[in-house]
Amino acid sequence: MNSVFAYLVGVLFGWGLVVAQMTDPQKIIAFLEIGPHWSENLIFVMGGALTVTLMTFRLILRQSRPILDQSFHLPEPKRVGGRLVLGALLFGVGWGLSGYCPGPLVIGLVSLKPPPWICFSFFIVGLWIARKLSIPRNTQAE
Amino acid sequence: MELLEALILRNLPFLAGGAIIGVAASLLLWVNGRIAGISGIIGGLLDPTTNRETWRIAFTLGLVTAGIIALILKPTSLGLPPENRSIGTLGFAGLLIGLGTGFSQGCTSGHGICGLARLSLRSLIATLTFMVAGIVTATAYVHFGAAN
Repeated sequence: MNSVFAYLVGVLFGWGLVVAQMTDPQKIIAFLEIGPHWSENLIFVMGGALTVTLMTFRLILRQSRPILDQSFHLPEPKRVGGRLVLGALLFGVGWGLSGYCPGPLVIGLVSLKPPPWICFSFFIVGLWIARKLSIPRNTQAE
Repeated sequence: MELLEALILRNLPFLAGGAIIGVAASLLLWVNGRIAGISGIIGGLLDPTTNRETWRIAFTLGLVTAGIIALILKPTSLGLPPENRSIGTLGFAGLLIGLGTGFSQGCTSGHGICGLARLSLRSLIATLTFMVAGIVTATAYVHFGAAN
């Protein structure tokens, strides 16, 4: 039941990305690249999403538990540190180079063209390395 | 006022798509109690100790399904990076996206949409950082990246 719902939400989330044209890396680049062809598109995508989540998240998290689980699975509060900033910096550079962030990258795979597949393969490698390097330190802290 | 109206009208698809993403993220939190952060959801699949988490696979398959629907209804919506981005550049970019979202534990969805909605300071700092880094990189690429 849990997974059936997650699947449907995944479809909706992906459809939102398609409608927002975030599945076209050139639209992302059009926002990130300051120049004569600059487009404000991403501000409106983020604005549209945040208008909804800023209202709903507050109401949802006031409940004692989610509908299909015993408790909410939220990231534990951690400090703002070098790892966070370095990570966001690396991600931003990769994003600016390719026009892909993880969601649209996964969706892009269905085109079966080399660019998203190459990018995705190395994304998985990078994510795996980062998690490998991060886990021992987290367990130490606990 | 008219300028604002024109601005919103021109950006209606982006606003609507964003709202759908926001509704989806809300539903995942409300029903499953999970944060809709794509890098986190996929990252969890790489961790062998994470068991009975088929919801991660299910959500990812949902994204793929949306892609297939788009491919059938409107194939142009699945674009490719600009042609001046070589395969090598895209591989390098992928590695950075993986390392970066892994280290900062979130991407555009996890930090940018869900984290900001929870008023998380970490997410605010991450979002500002990757926005600035993305803008500087993409803008610099036009001027210096042609050799790649």
